[in-house]
Amino acid sequence: MKSFFQFMVILLFSLIGEFLHELLPFPIPASVYGLVLLFISLLAGVIKLPQIEEAADFLLKIMPALFIPSVVKLMTIRDLLWENIVPILVIVLTTTVVVMVVTGQVAQWMIRRHKEL
Amino acid sequence: MNEMFINSVYFGCALSLICYWIGVQTAKRFPVTICNPLLIASILVIVVLAAGSISFETYHQSAEKLTWLLTPATVSLAVPMYREVQLLRKNLAAILVSLFSGCVAGMMTVWGIGRLFGVSEELYLSLLPKSITTAIAMGVSEEIGGVPTVTVGMVVFTGLLGAIIVKTVCRLFRITHPIAVGLACGNAAHAIGTSKALEIGEVEGAMSSLAIVAAGIFTVVLAPLMGMLY
Repeated sequence: MKSFFQFMVILLFSLIGEFLHELLPFPIPASVYGLVLLFISLLAGVIKLPQIEEAADFLLKIMPALFIPSVVKLMTIRDLLWENIVPILVIVLTTTVVVMVVTGQVAQWMIRRHKEL
Repeated sequence: MNEMFINSVYFGCALSLICYWIGVQTAKRFPVTICNPLLIASILVIVVLAAGSISFETYHQSAEKLTWLLTPATVSLAVPMYREVQLLRKNLAAILVSLFSGCVAGMMTVWGIGRLFGVSEELYLSLLPKSITTAIAMGVSEEIGGVPTVTVGMVVFTGLLGAIIVKTVCRLFRITHPIAVGLACGNAAHAIGTSKALEIGEVEGAMSSLAIVAAGIFTVVLAPLMGMLY
């Protein structure tokens, strides 16, 4: 019954997240509410890591497979993609490099400066 | 024959899992980043559907049950985050500021290049959340008026590309600190980048998983504002 209990706890947080998403006016997905609440509960000690660990690790391990239907759905919007293939390629390549360089450089600069002080 | 597929409750789900298993085995045999299980599985499913003239709707009516688990899986990201809470606390300022700057810079770039090419507002809104993990990106895209399907495609594409180029980018721009490399990886290329970061090292992997969550939350807050700018 251990894994049953673990899965139950995670579903409970998903349900609370869903309710919050319905009740609050922010454009925040139910999953993010659940994630933040679970993290706070872990920090506060309300939920202990062993109470959810195995079920959470299992879900994280199978997570990529859960995206297959969403990726396959791309076949239904083939035309939209082909029409915009050049801007899409340029945007994806450039932003990926920009995000990496900005994040990495800022983090490195702040960590090193912190050490020198 | 087709009726059998149309009425099936398990066909789409089973096909997805079988293709994913083949993807995992292939990735094990050929450990190069381009051999991504999700990419291989999705291509296989599309090939099978096309070869059997099976419509996407037929596949999707049972395959969509997989999507049901996405919310509990995303909630579970709290666990790796909590495991690295010490490292998180110690470098909190550097982590938050760098991830935030990265998110803003990324979205500004989408805005700038989008403007340059004059892409439609719908496409712009779909591209905004492309650097974050799929579950959150889909939610954000839907909330701000993008097309979730386009977003998912761009998220996967971004992740694959990020994982392939991260080592070269870090070398070219002299990003050497393990925490910085991990944050850069997760902030730009979410879960797919994180699997690459785990290969580079333990600290890199941990920081990358943290970045998935933080970048997701920043984007949730920033994307609606950036959406109004266009």
